[in-house]
Amino acid sequence: MSTPVDLTPAAESTVDTPSRRGRIADVAGLGVGRAVAFVLPALALIALFLVFPALWTLYIGITDYQLTGPAAANPQVIGIGNFLTALGDTLFRNSLWLTVLFVLGSAVIGQNLLGFGLAWLLRGARPWLRRLTESLVLLAWILPSTVVAFLWFAVLDRDGGTLNLLLGTEGTAWLVRYPLISIILFNIWRGTAFSMLLYSSALAAVPPSQLETAKLVGASGWQTVRDVVFPHIRGHVLTNTLLISLWTANDFTPFLLTAGGPNHASETLPVFIYRQALEGGQLGYASAISLLLLVANLVVAGLYLRLLRRRS
Amino acid sequence: MRKLATPLVVVASLGLLAGCLGSPQQTDTARNADAKELTLTITGNSVVGGKNAARAAWVTDWVIPKFVEAQKAKGVTATVKFEGSGAGDEDYKTKVALDLKTGGGADVLTIDGIWVGEFAEAGQLKPLDELLGKSQVDAWEGWAQIPKSVQGLGSFGDRRYGIPDGTDGRVLFFNKKLFAQAGLPSDWQPKSWTDILDAAAGLKKLPGVTPLQVNAGTAMGEATTMQGVLPMLASAGKPLYRDGKWQAGPALGEVLEFYAKVYREGLGDPLTQQEAKGRDKSFAQFAEGRLGIMIESDYLWRGVVEPTRGVAKMADRDQVVGWAKIPARQPGVGGRDFVSMSGGAVNVVNPATKYPRQAWELLQFMNSAESIKARMGGGAQVTARADVNDQVLAGDPMLSYVAREVLPVTQYRPPVAGYPRVSAALQQATADVIAGRSVPEALSNYRAALSKIVGESNVDAG
Repeated sequence: MSTPVDLTPAAESTVDTPSRRGRIADVAGLGVGRAVAFVLPALALIALFLVFPALWTLYIGITDYQLTGPAAANPQVIGIGNFLTALGDTLFRNSLWLTVLFVLGSAVIGQNLLGFGLAWLLRGARPWLRRLTESLVLLAWILPSTVVAFLWFAVLDRDGGTLNLLLGTEGTAWLVRYPLISIILFNIWRGTAFSMLLYSSALAAVPPSQLETAKLVGASGWQTVRDVVFPHIRGHVLTNTLLISLWTANDFTPFLLTAGGPNHASETLPVFIYRQALEGGQLGYASAISLLLLVANLVVAGLYLRLLRRRS
Repeated sequence: MRKLATPLVVVASLGLLAGCLGSPQQTDTARNADAKELTLTITGNSVVGGKNAARAAWVTDWVIPKFVEAQKAKGVTATVKFEGSGAGDEDYKTKVALDLKTGGGADVLTIDGIWVGEFAEAGQLKPLDELLGKSQVDAWEGWAQIPKSVQGLGSFGDRRYGIPDGTDGRVLFFNKKLFAQAGLPSDWQPKSWTDILDAAAGLKKLPGVTPLQVNAGTAMGEATTMQGVLPMLASAGKPLYRDGKWQAGPALGEVLEFYAKVYREGLGDPLTQQEAKGRDKSFAQFAEGRLGIMIESDYLWRGVVEPTRGVAKMADRDQVVGWAKIPARQPGVGGRDFVSMSGGAVNVVNPATKYPRQAWELLQFMNSAESIKARMGGGAQVTARADVNDQVLAGDPMLSYVAREVLPVTQYRPPVAGYPRVSAALQQATADVIAGRSVPEALSNYRAALSKIVGESNVDAG
C-alpha cells in the first residue's frame, strides 16, 4: 500500500522532471481501472487475513461473547466492560507481570547476552569450530517447539529426568518448583541462536583497525566491547532486542511445558488468553486481553523505533 | 490509492461480518427423510489405538457396518464415517463447541452429559422433540430401559437432548498388596474421614509409596472437582448446588481442611497434583503399586488398569485392586453413610445435520441392547440400559458393585450453564490450599470468585 506513485491526474500535472513523468505515464497508461484490478487480489487478501480478524477481535472484545451458555446464543455489547474486568483481575495482573519477567529474563537479558557472548568468543575461532558451534546452537532454533518442549520435559521431569540424574537431586519436580525459571531457561536455550547469528554478522562490520588500536592501548575486553564495539553495533542490538522481545511476549511454547501452572505461576499472557478463551469459554474477555497485548507490542515496538531513529 | 483502499477494506470486512452473523436456520423435522443416498458422521473423544480405543473400535467395526447393512436392506445407500479424537476433555469440548457454533461438525456426537445444559442454553443443541417430532422420539423402545435418573443426564430443563451413553460411579480404590504390607485389611471399608486418614497414615510408613490421592488443583482440571471436591462435599453433607444456591459455607471449609491435612502432612503428594501431566502420572503410580488409595471413577478399573486394553495395564488387577464406598464425614452426616458422584456421556444429534431422521435412527441403533452388548465385548461398563446391565455386569465384580451399591447413593453435577466456571473456582480453592494459603483465606477467595460468577444473592455461605 505504500506505493510512492500518485495516480490522480492533478498530481501528474505537477510533475516536472521528464524521467518521473515517464514512469507515471507508464503506470497511469494502465488506466485506473486496470491498476485497481491488479491491486485488488492483494487488497482482498489483506482484508481477509489481517483487517477482518483485527476488526472481528475488536468487536468480540467489546462483547460478553462466550463459547457456550446463554451469552453464546445472544452476545451483548458491553463496551469497555472486559477491559475494566481485566484491571481488577488478579490473574490477569499476574500474567502481565510474568510476561514482563519472562521477556526481560529470557530475551532482553538471557538471549541477548548469551548470543553476543557466543558471537564474541567465536569471532577468532577456527572456521570449523565456528561452523560446528553455530550449527549446534542453530539446531535448537530450527527444531519444532513441540519437540523442544518434549526434550526439556525429559530433562526437567521428576521421574528419571536428566537434570536430577546429573545433580543427584532425585525426585525434584523442577517444573513445579521453579516454573518461571524453567521456561526462561528453556526460551534462552531455544532462542540464543538467532542473537548469536545476528551479532556474528554485526561484529564482522566492526573495523579491525579500531580493535587493534584498542589492543595496543591496553584496553580490557569489557572496555573494548563498551567503547569500540558497542557504538558500531548499537543498531543491531536494538533491532535484535525488539525482535526477540516481541517473539517472546507472544510465545505460546511455555504452555507445552507447564500448561501455565502450577497455580498460574508460569501463565504468561498468551497462555492466559488461550485458557480464558478455550478452557473457560470467555471469548469476549480473551479477545479484549489479546487487544491489550497487541497494544503493548505496538508500544514496545514504537519505543525501540524511536531509539533507533534518534541514533541515526 | 489510499482513497480507494479504505472503502474497499470496509466493504470487504462488513461483507464477511454479515456472513458470520447469519441467523440460525429453522428446523424441519422431516428434512431429507426419504433420501436414498446419504452420508453421516459420528464423532466422540475416542480414537482407534488411542484414547478410549475400545469404543472407537466398536463404532468402526460394529456400528457402522451393521447400520449400513440395515439401511441397505431398506434400499438406502448410507455412508457412515467416524471422526475420532484423542484430545484432552477440555480440548474436545472446545472443538465440539466451535463445530456446533459454526453449524458444522459430525451428525452424531458423543459428549459429556454435563455439557448438555451449556450447549442447550447457547442454542447449539436442540431438544430431540423439536428436532425430530415428539412421536418419533417417544417411539423408541430404549427409553423404557433407561432409569429416569440416568435419562436426566441427557436432559436439560425437563427436555430430552440425547440418549445417555452410560454412567459411572466414584469409589475409593486401594492396593491390597500395599494394604497387607501396612497391616491393613483387604476388605477395607472406611466409615468416616478419620478411617481414611488413619489408613493413609499406616501406608505412609512404606518406603516409596504415596499413601493417598484426592485430586486437587487447577492442573487436574475437572478431575479435581469430580474426583475430589464434589464427593468430599457430598461426604460433608452438602451438595454443591441446591434450589438455585451455590455452596460456599462451612461444609466446603471442612473439605478444604481435609485437603490441607492430606497434602501438608505428607499423606498425599502435592507435586503430582500440580504437574501438567499429573493425572496420567498418578494412574501410572497406582498401576506400579506406588500409590495406596485414590478416589476415582470406575473408569480406573475398566479403562486404566484393565489388564489388556488399559492405558496403564495391571496384569494382576483382579487380585490386587480393592474398592470401597466413599464414607460420609461421620456416619449419618447429611442423612447418609456413603456417597458418590456420577457422570456420563450422552449421544446427541447435531441440529445442523442434513439428515435428522437418519441421524436419529443411527442414534437409536447405537443405543440398542444388541449394539451395547456388542460394545462390551469381553469387558464391561455400567451402561444406561437396565436390560444390558443385568447381563453384562454379572461377570465383573467391580462394575456390578457400582451398579448395585454405588448408583443408589450417587449424585450428579448441577446441570446448569454456570457450573464449569464454578468448577474452575473450586479447583482454584484447592490449589490455594496446596500452595500454602490458609483455609479461611482460600474459602473467602472462592466466595469472591463465586459471587462474580453466579451473583452474590445465589451464594450460600451459611
